[in-house]
Amino acid sequence: MSMAAEGAASAAAGVAGKPAGPDPWLPRLGRIVSRRRDSRDAWTLEIREQIPQSASFRPGQFNMLTAFGIGEVPISLSGDPAAMDRLIHTIRPVGPVSTALAQMRPGAAIGLRGPFGSGWPLRQAVGGDVLVVAGGLGLAPLRPVLYALLAGRERYGRITLLYGSRSPDDVLFHREIVSWSRRQRIEVHVTVDHAASGWDGHVGVVTTLVPRAQCEPQRTVALVCGPEVMMRLTVAALHAHGIPHEAIYLSMERNMKCALGLCGRCQLQSVLVCRDGPVFRYDRVRGLFAHKEL
Amino acid sequence: MEGLEGIIREHPFFAGLDERFIALVSGCAKNVRFEAKQYLIRHDEPANEFYLVRHGRVALEIAAPGHGALTFQTLGAGDIVGVSWLISPYRSQYDAQALELTRAIAIDGGCLRTKCESDHDLGYEMMKRVVAILVQRLHATRLQILDVYGR
Ligand SMILES: Cc1cc2nc3c(=O)[nH]c(=O)nc-3n(C[C@H](O)[C@H](O)[C@H](O)COP(=O)(O)OP(=O)(O)OC[C@H]3O[C@@H](n4cnc5c(N)ncnc54)[C@H](O)[C@@H]3O)c2cc1C
Ligand code: FES
Repeated sequence: MSMAAEGAASAAAGVAGKPAGPDPWLPRLGRIVSRRRDSRDAWTLEIREQIPQSASFRPGQFNMLTAFGIGEVPISLSGDPAAMDRLIHTIRPVGPVSTALAQMRPGAAIGLRGPFGSGWPLRQAVGGDVLVVAGGLGLAPLRPVLYALLAGRERYGRITLLYGSRSPDDVLFHREIVSWSRRQRIEVHVTVDHAASGWDGHVGVVTTLVPRAQCEPQRTVALVCGPEVMMRLTVAALHAHGIPHEAIYLSMERNMKCALGLCGRCQLQSVLVCRDGPVFRYDRVRGLFAHKEL
Repeated sequence: MEGLEGIIREHPFFAGLDERFIALVSGCAKNVRFEAKQYLIRHDEPANEFYLVRHGRVALEIAAPGHGALTFQTLGAGDIVGVSWLISPYRSQYDAQALELTRAIAIDGGCLRTKCESDHDLGYEMMKRVVAILVQRLHATRLQILDVYGR
């Protein structure tokens, strides 16, 4: 099966690149229900659609969010895929559109298209161990996967979350991470790049956590999301730990326009990130990694 | 001594080391323990010893004017603390502070260096292992300097 065909077959909420339901070009209207700060510079929005549709999505998928009069950008779904009545997105302001979105207050109007793209390979992970490695805001697209794994906990072996962040103030979903590690059957290791005294957790880059993961490398599926440099070094560390390239999946980010596989804005050689991704099996995109030109 | 040899043989830093060398290393080793907040290593002091951590956690710190001590790495069981014993001018480049009760094997750097000088096969083995750690830490430092999460 070609990568595009597999991506299409795997998208539950419609064909990859084309969401189920009405005109995929037309933003649907939603309202902000709540806004909360989830780290030093990331805000989580809860959105309810004006005309409620099923908010079903596959962990790893994204929506195109519109700040009216400013622009539209891709943002991953970061909520619980089982909570069908609301859409959750976690946003870090880096430019005009993401800043306008992150500043939206309850009641504000927002546009949305989607969900788009491929999801994390939960089916492939059944029966084995799952290693989730997140860097910075990369925990947002991985949070739905953790919800799904915990909802079907008995179907998986050991589940481990390795999370790297810049500093203690940048740790995303802090309270939830603590509760995952305390109450759930999931092993959590958090590290920060640097810390002043007072932080009694781990300090060091996220790759240093890989040897701590209590998983059986040959029966582990690894899900990785974060900045590309971090993902590259993490893949090397996972491979050195014995996890084969075919069992490593990552989520790629590229600027997008249509999100429908038509405009070519998100093209990486033969791959369209919006249609074939954003989640890819590492061995299939290995050659696209680390090219300055791409 | 047999106890020490066993611990050294099992420690990841010495994995696969020839038995002859294990005995040589053990001759420079002793058991130590540090209470929480006690320093294993002080910046700019002679690097007389390095440590194979067995239990506990250690923070590597650099003092930054106006910011107090900044931790740039924490180490735990299976890690080694201190590499300056092998590299001239044999002075520590940072502070290493126990974050909790930490048990370790201390190896006398001067003693092992002398053995490395008189047996270059041992010296080469030590050099390979220390270089591997330095390369890991160089990669980590690059990631930290790039501040990848901040962008
Ligand atoms: C599939 C996918 C999922 C995404 N999920 C999320 C998410 O859950 N939360 C979120 O906050 N963002 C997410 N992003 C990134 C988000 O789409 C961009 O931050 C956004 O497009 C920036 O638009 P802007 O107009 O605000 O800034 P622009 O004017 O486009 O950019 C402003 C500055 O930010 C830099 N920049 C642009 N994109 C990024 C980026 N991805 N990371 C870091 N710096 C960037 C630019 O180089 C520029 O310097 C995702 C992107 C993709 C492709
Ligand atoms: S954004 Fe992917 S093809 Fe248009």
